[in-house]
Amino acid sequence: MGNFFTNLDRRWIFLGMAVVVAIPMLQGLSFPEEPSEMVRDVFKAVDELPDGSNILMAYDYDPATKGELEPMAATFTRHCAKKKHKLYFITLWPAAVPMLRQNIDILENEFGNDYTYGENYVNLGFRPGSEGVIKVVVTDLKDLFANDVNGEALQDIPMTRNIKNIQQMDLIVNVSAGTPGAKEWVQYAASKYQIKMVAGVTGVGAPALYPYVPNQLTGLLGAIKAAAEYEQAVSEAYPEFNDNPATKEALRRMGPQLIAHLYIVALIILGNVIHFTEKKRGVPR
Amino acid sequence: MNTNKNVTLIVVIVAGVFLAIRAANGEFGRVYTKTETVEFTKKVRDAVGDSVQPWTVERLVARSEVNDAQGQPRPDVHLSINRTLGLWIAAFGTLCIMSFLIGDNVFYKLAEAVIVGASAAYAMVVGFWTGIIQNLFGKLIPDTMRNSVLPGLPDENNAELVYIVPLILSVMMLWRLAPVGGWISRWPLAFFIGATAGIRLVEYLDADFVQQISSSIIPLIVVAGDGSIDFAASLKNSLIIVSILTCLVYFFFSFEHTGVVGATARVGIWVLMITFGAGFGMTVMGRIALITDRFSFLFFDWLWLPKPGVDT
Amino acid sequence: MKRTIPLLIAAATGFMLILSEFIPLTQSWGRKVMIWFDILAAFAFVLGGANLLKIHLQKISNRRVGWGYSVITVVAFTITMVIGLGKFGVTPSEAFPDFAWSGDYLQEGSGFDWMYQHIYLPLASTMFALLAFYIASAAFRAFRAKNTEAIILLTTAFIVLLGRTYAGIWLTAEPLAWLGQNLFGDAQALAMFRLDVIVDNIMSIFNMAGNRAIMIGIALGIVALSLKVLLGVDRSYLGSEE
Repeated sequence: MGNFFTNLDRRWIFLGMAVVVAIPMLQGLSFPEEPSEMVRDVFKAVDELPDGSNILMAYDYDPATKGELEPMAATFTRHCAKKKHKLYFITLWPAAVPMLRQNIDILENEFGNDYTYGENYVNLGFRPGSEGVIKVVVTDLKDLFANDVNGEALQDIPMTRNIKNIQQMDLIVNVSAGTPGAKEWVQYAASKYQIKMVAGVTGVGAPALYPYVPNQLTGLLGAIKAAAEYEQAVSEAYPEFNDNPATKEALRRMGPQLIAHLYIVALIILGNVIHFTEKKRGVPR
Repeated sequence: MNTNKNVTLIVVIVAGVFLAIRAANGEFGRVYTKTETVEFTKKVRDAVGDSVQPWTVERLVARSEVNDAQGQPRPDVHLSINRTLGLWIAAFGTLCIMSFLIGDNVFYKLAEAVIVGASAAYAMVVGFWTGIIQNLFGKLIPDTMRNSVLPGLPDENNAELVYIVPLILSVMMLWRLAPVGGWISRWPLAFFIGATAGIRLVEYLDADFVQQISSSIIPLIVVAGDGSIDFAASLKNSLIIVSILTCLVYFFFSFEHTGVVGATARVGIWVLMITFGAGFGMTVMGRIALITDRFSFLFFDWLWLPKPGVDT
Repeated sequence: MKRTIPLLIAAATGFMLILSEFIPLTQSWGRKVMIWFDILAAFAFVLGGANLLKIHLQKISNRRVGWGYSVITVVAFTITMVIGLGKFGVTPSEAFPDFAWSGDYLQEGSGFDWMYQHIYLPLASTMFALLAFYIASAAFRAFRAKNTEAIILLTTAFIVLLGRTYAGIWLTAEPLAWLGQNLFGDAQALAMFRLDVIVDNIMSIFNMAGNRAIMIGIALGIVALSLKVLLGVDRSYLGSEE
């Protein structure tokens, strides 16, 4: 038995991982989520702003991380739209441009009656330069973004006509997969110019951003768990979202997540048990 | 090698049988769209008159909206051949990449070669249309851009000849590819490095040093509003300060880590181990979320298996 | 000359940007420099693409091992580039219908968007999704509690892994509520020992403190390195002597 595990082909482990993720997903295993204090802070940051506030939706993620961040971004979009905030979509990642459009599709399909392009939301698109973009738009937005993605001049669009720079934003909502992302927005915009900011990041990036909370970053959503809690918080505040299954994507993914976590814990324990048993027996590896 | 081939063969046969059963039982792997005519605003209609007629675009239709309430196909919805083909290519590509888990194989290498080429070209195209056209040519030759690709460029934007400098620097940067004269690319590289050093020096010092120290100056004894000591908050603050100080002592390598310094540094290491353990746990969480997304695509978007909470 | 002028350029650019932070009159110069930076960043994408093309064309030309896959790379690159630059399938912008090239290069339904949705997105996301499997394999083979530090690390990882899912609540909420009720008459008396609460405390106390210390150290390192670059002490970015 010991030899079996010692020489275990790792493909069996891969198969185990596939099974523990696939079966709960197909069975629809899900669990209730209780929003944590951090998630409630993020929720309040968006919800307590007066209706129609200016929100910079900086979505900096790509296909590699959309599994974790897309539910978060969609919930931010829906929550802000429910509050009728003015949304300015922007990205620092070239592969995030279609992600912006996906969120704009949410506004058009689900809030079409209340949301008009140019009056309630605008898509500024992408500019190369990473933190260099932030450095420019904090002082002069139109110097770098003369047009939106449709080619219209920002000075001709009602909601951007009087916007000189992003210091006029009431909140920065950043969904970030890495660099450039939340850290750069905190360093070059939020922290320096005292702009309120909340961020949703991957599980990998979340621990490193905790030092910014709460003085430089009002709140932080870390990984799919926080996304699920945020979905729960928004659903509790706005029960009409419960009729839309698309608002529960992160919650649906927490079922496979739990089983996979138990699998990983079991693997670590099993690996250590085998290791120390063999060490005791003096079995050479 | 035989094991590899046998495992691959078994997986392919099982998958093939499964797909055949799915195909026989009901349709799957299709994408539907509906045709819409674009609407010009009044301002645009007044500007162009009858010289330009509105065109049609194809809008994606969700699977749940393909049929009406009676289960009959909606007349305005039709099968999109190119998007259906795209869906199957996406599914095939996904399976090719996943086949690497069984072992390195020609399908994985094929998919890898495609993504390497496509992603490099994607970045190039995006950089061209957003950076070069918008910000370089849009400022150097705004009239030409206004008459071609950027008609919305504000009329008051005049040519700024100072942008010849980044144009020259950019050409120098591309010289890196030339067989001789590679040193020419040092000038734009130096500009890059100098600019990065300049902005990071100030912002890291502010946000990551001064403000972090400022945030660490918190009361060791927290007094609640009614004058009583909040023990939980006091303990939390004390632990934070002790943890930060012990970690910083560990990073201070100018003193030998012996005696009191050594003991303090040891506590700092333990705090860092807790930090890395938390980081590992969060990393695992993140990675698993990625595979659930891919399985979701394969099961629900491609194979049209019933999605719990949506279709059931 | 070949090395002196780049050093001067780096120093001038860097110090100008630092100056623009503190002297409002120079802020517009700093912004101009950053826009140049952003333009150069766009050309860096072009450089990257062209470099890739050069490497793979050389591989094909020299018939090195795996040159067949290089052909596929070059073909995929060329097709994507032509479709994107040529704006294939892109209709004019609805705001400027009389300008054929005014449409967004990534318009929904365009050729470039098709490449993104059906080639780039699935392949890129699946590449990264494979990491979940490798983490599982590494968990079994590599994570060993060999010493005190490793035990602390793994214990914390277990707590976070369990506490960040419903398992944390399921394992500890009810038992602790029962214990609290029976020992202290208050079901919430031992709530602080719930796994999800412990995780929140670990993240906001120890994780935050450790990362803050790391952040402070990195900030000092960045400042030192930036000064070395700007003062010409560190010249490694210039490459070898030529």
